[in-house]
Amino acid sequence: MLRLILKKLGLLIPTFIGVTLTSFFFIRLLPGDPILLLAGERGVSPERYNELMIQFGYNDPIWQQYLTYLGNLFQGDLGASIVTKQPVLQEFMTLFPATVELGVCAMLFAVIVGLPAGIIAAVKRGKTLDHTVMTTALAGYSMPIFWWGLLLIILFSGMLGWTPVSGRISFMYWIEPVTGFMLIDTLLSDEPGAFGSAVSHLILPTIVLGTIPLAVIARQTRSAMLEVLDEDYVRTARAKGLSNFRVIGIHALRNALIPVITIIGLQIGVLFAGAILTESIFSWPGVGKWMVDSIFRRDYPVVQGGLLMIAVIVMIVNLIVDLMYGLINPKIRHTE
Amino acid sequence: MADVTQNSAPDTRFELIVNFWRHFRTNRGAVAGLIFFIALVIIALGAWFIAPHSPIEQYRDALLLPPAWQEGGDWSYVLGTDAVGRDLLSRLIYGSQYSLFIGVVVVSVALVVGVCLGLVAGTFGGWIDTFIMRIMDIILAFPSLLLALVLVAILGPSLLNAMIAIAVVQQPYYVRLTRASVMSEMSREYVMAARVSGVRTLRLMFVTVLPNCMAPLIVQAALSFSTAILDAAALGFLGMGAQPPTPEWGTMLAESREFILRAPWVVTFPGLAILTTVLAINLIGDGLRDALDPKLKRS
Repeated sequence: MLRLILKKLGLLIPTFIGVTLTSFFFIRLLPGDPILLLAGERGVSPERYNELMIQFGYNDPIWQQYLTYLGNLFQGDLGASIVTKQPVLQEFMTLFPATVELGVCAMLFAVIVGLPAGIIAAVKRGKTLDHTVMTTALAGYSMPIFWWGLLLIILFSGMLGWTPVSGRISFMYWIEPVTGFMLIDTLLSDEPGAFGSAVSHLILPTIVLGTIPLAVIARQTRSAMLEVLDEDYVRTARAKGLSNFRVIGIHALRNALIPVITIIGLQIGVLFAGAILTESIFSWPGVGKWMVDSIFRRDYPVVQGGLLMIAVIVMIVNLIVDLMYGLINPKIRHTE
Repeated sequence: MADVTQNSAPDTRFELIVNFWRHFRTNRGAVAGLIFFIALVIIALGAWFIAPHSPIEQYRDALLLPPAWQEGGDWSYVLGTDAVGRDLLSRLIYGSQYSLFIGVVVVSVALVVGVCLGLVAGTFGGWIDTFIMRIMDIILAFPSLLLALVLVAILGPSLLNAMIAIAVVQQPYYVRLTRASVMSEMSREYVMAARVSGVRTLRLMFVTVLPNCMAPLIVQAALSFSTAILDAAALGFLGMGAQPPTPEWGTMLAESREFILRAPWVVTFPGLAILTTVLAINLIGDGLRDALDPKLKRS
């Protein structure tokens, strides 16, 4: 197992270097002079310009600049935001829990609804229920989620007035950020009603972000189940007289889950892309909205740092999924 | 399909198509998707005749009119008007041109470049293969929409740049698919035979091997056609794609965001147009996959 982990880590090194190169060249590829870009609209005096050129090392050869950049990275220095002057890493860390909270809820929603939907469709294969579930799933998969979010706002916030339109919690509450996860922090605080407010703010974004993963999981579960239901051991289990529930719920599902878990893991990148849109619609103060806002504010160090952080996180999660796949799938575990 | 290949060449191709259509026809969803798609193409091509109004003409006396069947609606603006008095139906009709155009351009660029890179990687192997595949890994390490956004930030927001960015982001899937099929084809006897008879490498790549790798690529093209439309609309929605007053569906949604509670129709219809178009193409894609690759058939 350790050898497998090391091998996979080794394969990641070129990708990691490539990712750092991408984010390093991002600022240099932008049209215009990097110092003037960093200075923003105020501009700089020629003396200050030269000072900054030296300070940022733009006079050095490009490979040396890259090595300096890498060195800073490993010390956790991703530069500072032009707008807020805060270190990029620190901003990322304060906003990241909001994105994780939303992402985890969306994934839970997708699994809780998508898995049973896929199983039902497979068991009722060819029946009306199967067609209904699969057509709905394909519609979910085709959903422009930014529009889906607006529709839900029209319906639930506008017409019915059930849910709030934006943010993580009502302005009435001030919650001390202990963990950064609003659901936990509100429970830790003594404010009555704060937890409910946090939950009501989470519902619509969760549905919106979870829609596409839900559709993917439902489709994948159905096809994995169909494959497994044809296998000999399922027929044997049935022949032994086991109940339908036991055959499907235990014998078949356990094997069908292997590809499904991989798919769930691979949705992390999709989730980040979705978070950009979902957070923008619901003014959710997470990493996705931060990135979009920074692109518009021309806060390029933030875009550079955020890009790198997100790519590294996606890489790490994919690695973990890869290893877990090896753990749960005996075929892979034993063949190294 | 194996027995078909023994016939003479022109017959084979015809039979393949007939065979394919026989499979495809049985999938009702796919046929419905195809009919919708053809209708959309006709609408896009005939927009100048079909649209009742100009997509950018502002009727100042008809601001935010509701659809005709609602109270206060006007049948000359069937789906209502937007905040500056433009006819929504006409804008949607012209918008279909943009979405189809985006799909065609993105898929063509991604397909051609991706297939070439995949062929090179799969045929030559070695360091060039490693090099190409590592670059694809790097692209895949970024969430697609984020990378597209950043590329547009570098290139400047416009429809053309959005299409370039989306094509770059979709590249890796074509490269991986092509490479995988090329590598499995390379060990077949017919490739060996072609090699022995002295076929040049270029001819071997494009004429001998490539046609046998097409099935998964066609399916991927259909799926990435719909993804391209979705991503372009998302970029337009974020203000990084087509710029106003272009009647691109995502851009229309972005413009109408502030009216969602006052005039829900300006939000509803453009999104519905995106959803139905993407759904139709995905239905076709599913049908193509089932018809072209019986191994992947799901039901």
